[in-house]
Amino acid sequence: MSYHCVVCAKQVPDTKNVTGEAMKEDGTVNRSALPAIFNPEDLHALETALQIRDAHGGSVTVITMGPPTACEILRESLYRGADRGVLVTDRRAAASDTLATSYILACAVRKCAPDIVLCGRQAIDGDTAQVGPQMAEKLDVPLITYVEQWLGIDDKTARARRNVGNGWEVVSCTLPVLVTVNESANTPRPRSAKRMMKYKKARSRGEVEALAKGLLEGDFDNYTAELQAAEVEKYCTALSEKGLLLEQWTLDDIDADLSWCGMSGSPTKVHRIQSVVLSGGQYRQFPATQDGVSELVGELVSEHTIG
Amino acid sequence: MSETNRNGEVWVFAEQEDGKLSDVPLELLGKARELAGTLEVPVSAVLLGTDVGGLSDTLVAHGADKVYLAEHDALAHYQTAGYARALCELIGQHGPQVVLYGATPLGRDLAPMVASRLKCGLTADCTDLQIGDHTDAVSKTEHKNLLFQIRPAFGGNIIATIVNPERWPQMATVREGVMPLPERDDARDGEVVRCEVDLDGATLPLTIEQTHREKKSVNLKAARVIVAGGAGVGSRENFDMLWQLAGLLGGAVAGSRAAVDLGYIDADHQVGQTGTTVRPALYVAVGISGAVQHRAGMEEAARILAVNTDPDADIFKVAHYGIVGDYEDVIPKMIKAIHGGA
Repeated sequence: MSYHCVVCAKQVPDTKNVTGEAMKEDGTVNRSALPAIFNPEDLHALETALQIRDAHGGSVTVITMGPPTACEILRESLYRGADRGVLVTDRRAAASDTLATSYILACAVRKCAPDIVLCGRQAIDGDTAQVGPQMAEKLDVPLITYVEQWLGIDDKTARARRNVGNGWEVVSCTLPVLVTVNESANTPRPRSAKRMMKYKKARSRGEVEALAKGLLEGDFDNYTAELQAAEVEKYCTALSEKGLLLEQWTLDDIDADLSWCGMSGSPTKVHRIQSVVLSGGQYRQFPATQDGVSELVGELVSEHTIG
Repeated sequence: MSETNRNGEVWVFAEQEDGKLSDVPLELLGKARELAGTLEVPVSAVLLGTDVGGLSDTLVAHGADKVYLAEHDALAHYQTAGYARALCELIGQHGPQVVLYGATPLGRDLAPMVASRLKCGLTADCTDLQIGDHTDAVSKTEHKNLLFQIRPAFGGNIIATIVNPERWPQMATVREGVMPLPERDDARDGEVVRCEVDLDGATLPLTIEQTHREKKSVNLKAARVIVAGGAGVGSRENFDMLWQLAGLLGGAVAGSRAAVDLGYIDADHQVGQTGTTVRPALYVAVGISGAVQHRAGMEEAARILAVNTDPDADIFKVAHYGIVGDYEDVIPKMIKAIHGGA
């Protein structure tokens, strides 16, 4: 028996490696200074899906929501063995909070009718871990969070060991199911060189359009909008024939109710953002000598901090 | 989705396991009292499980005016579907304006499921909560007395204040250990409201085949003194000196994420955004540069002593006391000073 897996993955700024340049003078985050990466735990979700397919047959589809540049992680997924990549992109999805995001992704996932939906436990830019559980509710399928060991599927019953913080539990349920996968679950396989050769030219329509737009703004005298559209069409058809056109869906394609998407679908609003700037320097310094250290210890004792 | 019920109570989800409450719901009750005081509404705890009614006294003694108690066989062992269904039912019946959960593995599994079903907002991992007014940037509508849900974001580089103006209840998960635990007051009075919930254990989707609980070997949150080391300590062996100092001070040893990643100390000793949040009387930071993620877990300590060779290390910016120097030289001097009864 084979199973269809859908992996929801996110392209995120690499917040673990924030350097000085990543923060602007006014304290806001300079996203362009941060490299965009495949959300680390989503790679483990992908690996789990690939292992399921390798064991039972079936397919692995990776869905990501974001701007056309997020196609980078779809290509990355193809290099590692995914069968199909889908970009959900739509300006009307901008400013979606976790609730609206889970609604949009659930609409896209539903279109694929998978047996198993896999997400990373959480994304490193928000660390909320909310989109997975919220999608499970929207899709009305059982939820298994924090999977640290995938124990396999036996005739439509999936088993997994989940990490519950102070221990673990083994749970099972009938498919379909949505699971969120921890970093400890597996070691993601590397890219396959052969697949890289094959898929490095895979592009979405949005990426082709961006490329054509770049040409239009360049030095091409006779390059009209009509010509551009024709070029895009020609190029996309050629990609499609080679199986290199990444699918691109809008909110209309996934039959999403717009009132649950973007700003209007998001109950949470940002009231204020403050950068973490340390005012600094108000500490008492003691010299690194025996006298200095003894004086410090004496101070801690006299204020009853120690002793 | 619930209406904005201005008379709604402030609720705390009373997480329990095997009939034992963790600290976090009690910490939340302290904060809930403060918020409810401003809003002039009662504080209630919601307690789900089987044979857990005996915990009601503890919840009242820590600040609950009311305990909504739902006992059902299907709630004996936590699973998302049953708890979410029960909680949604109670929220629907009583219309609280605020619902708070601990940002524990369980709370972070349950709260999003509830939020999705109620189509209300949810903010994860708050480090502070306040009541305040918010004006919508677009419509200019003013919303009075909203729950300000304050949390670090973007890897801890910014602090965001999130509000949930219209689709209530306003819900948040709150990090463990960031709110002070209120003193137990057995003189407090509270009411226990027994609730029926419509559940059938046979319809719950998961079969829990096996459970394993590890006794937490370290309790950093309870430690009065913490000696913590970072990448600057250099090796697991070098951590011995920190263990020695901590032993002498009756304290615990902790590590930064870097120290844990490098294998100098085990992960259950990690302090910081992805580890434990601590607020000891004294936090000795040894060879820790003081990245935001680490500071998020320790800056509430009453006293912070930083020992670092780099005078420009960020850790000095949150420190009360500092020694610029090599810890391999400084710590033996500290040990000597303590032995000397200085």
